[in-house]
Amino acid sequence: MRPDIAIIADLVTPGARVLDLGCGDGELLAHLKRTKGVNGYGLEIDAEMITSCINVGVNVIEQDLDQGLANFPTDSFDLVVMTDTLQSVKRPDVMLDEMLRIGRECIVTFPNFAHWRCRLYLAARGKMPIAKHLPHRWYDTPNIHLCTFADFEALCAEKRLTVIERFVVDSEFANRPIVSRFPNLMGTTAFYHLGRPR
Amino acid sequence: MSDRIPADSVGVVTPQQQIFDEPVKLLCGRTLPRIELMYETYGRLNAARSNAVLICHALSGHHHAAGLHAADDRPGWWDSAIGPGKPIDTNLFYVVSLNNLGGCHGSTGPRSINPETGRAFGPDFPMVTVRDWVATQAMLADALGIDRWAAVIGGSLGGMQAMQWSIDYPQRVAHAVLIAAASRLSAQNIAFNEIARQAIVSDPDFDGGRYLDAAHNPARGLMVARMIGHVTYLSDDGLRDKFGREIKSGDLATASDVQFQVESYLHHQGRSFSQYFDANTYLLMTRALDQFDPARDFGDDLVAALRTAQSDFLVIAFTSDWRFSPSRSKEIVDALIAARRNVVSAVVDTPHGHDAFLLPVPRYFKILRSYMLHVAARTAVHG
Repeated sequence: MRPDIAIIADLVTPGARVLDLGCGDGELLAHLKRTKGVNGYGLEIDAEMITSCINVGVNVIEQDLDQGLANFPTDSFDLVVMTDTLQSVKRPDVMLDEMLRIGRECIVTFPNFAHWRCRLYLAARGKMPIAKHLPHRWYDTPNIHLCTFADFEALCAEKRLTVIERFVVDSEFANRPIVSRFPNLMGTTAFYHLGRPR
Repeated sequence: MSDRIPADSVGVVTPQQQIFDEPVKLLCGRTLPRIELMYETYGRLNAARSNAVLICHALSGHHHAAGLHAADDRPGWWDSAIGPGKPIDTNLFYVVSLNNLGGCHGSTGPRSINPETGRAFGPDFPMVTVRDWVATQAMLADALGIDRWAAVIGGSLGGMQAMQWSIDYPQRVAHAVLIAAASRLSAQNIAFNEIARQAIVSDPDFDGGRYLDAAHNPARGLMVARMIGHVTYLSDDGLRDKFGREIKSGDLATASDVQFQVESYLHHQGRSFSQYFDANTYLLMTRALDQFDPARDFGDDLVAALRTAQSDFLVIAFTSDWRFSPSRSKEIVDALIAARRNVVSAVVDTPHGHDAFLLPVPRYFKILRSYMLHVAARTAVHG
């Protein structure tokens, strides 16, 4: 199982109505359906991924996130999830607003550009970092809005979002003490469980 | 005979007729004293009777969806999708396909004899609706001993029947597959249908619908109606790819007797259609299409209508379909999500327009096959 799935599943209320933006092969929704009895829907645009979702019995809707989510009414979901995708959309800030309009809460995960390996890579080589959690080259990466944990914290503060829970893991998806102590230096992936503005 | 049957064909099929010797009351208030429905079946019904799939046809369709008739080399209209190993796999499913009430391929319709008058119904055939079709399809299901369809599948007007099934008989449909459909027609769609109808009724040979009595046929009207319809089923790009501005005959340089390939193609389509299709049936089918609107019975609330459904849904649209565009499918999908129904939706990129639903577009068939395997697993189709 994808290592982030168990972490996210712990944050989901049983029976919740869940919208997964960029649901990939449907593994997360399939797991949540099995273990939490959620009424889940996923949005995806990749044809192969959509077929995979059909094969595992996940509700998948072919829809491009960058075309907007206006078709989803306000308060139509309990929870909106977006794993490792926020950095690939045209306007991550607008996307966050939309997620918290459609659902009362959202969970977002994203890679940290300020991990020490990235910093070292850039400092030593003067080139865009390539790392385990950021495997693409600058010209073929889907990640057009990379940020650091500190950047995202600042955005949440600016939007006055309620941070229900947040934590950071390293590339082994472990939450070691050193990672908690220096998240923006030692963490590779962040999990934010957010609520509407205070 | 067998040398012309491909391995993935259901083979030679024989149409069957189900007679209902009982009055059938229609939504319009009128009653038909008895009805007959023509149908075909492919594959085997399992012991649990859980693997039955209903195919609903579109405007000009009929019961012959797959395989070959003994005396005819043309396969059924959806032969590419139905057969062993095909998306609707007859190794797994028992497939039922019928000619709808009011049709002109053997089921009771305007060409049938009205027992009250002893002559063909013609224009006196009562108005039938999508709800009437579904109700009479349910009568056929009863006759065949099928309590619950593993799936009801249809494209275009057929998809509308699948949707109506899920609303009118929620317990009898496990999965509904809606391809290139809409929850109701737009004004533009109704307009195209009306132009087609006017082409037919203004043909002098139409005789107010009594053309059968005089043994003639409003062939020119039907031909124009089909040409209009056919153009709307194709896309601009599709027509350009297929015909461009190619000349069939004549000379553009001298502007003499020029006929473009696309004209010749449309003439052929229209002419062959006019030779086998009944004009009154065409009027009736397009009226049923125009009037379809399941939300109307629920205060114009499609979500409320679909909340009565219990089935899971697959909704497929095609990018170049401007007759029932992807945004129309999107309306259905959004309503299904709001109604908390399980739904899978895909928008297949193809230049083939509305007609794509009849064609073996690779991604479309891959989705349909994957979904139907999921249906088979869900409805435990074995033995």
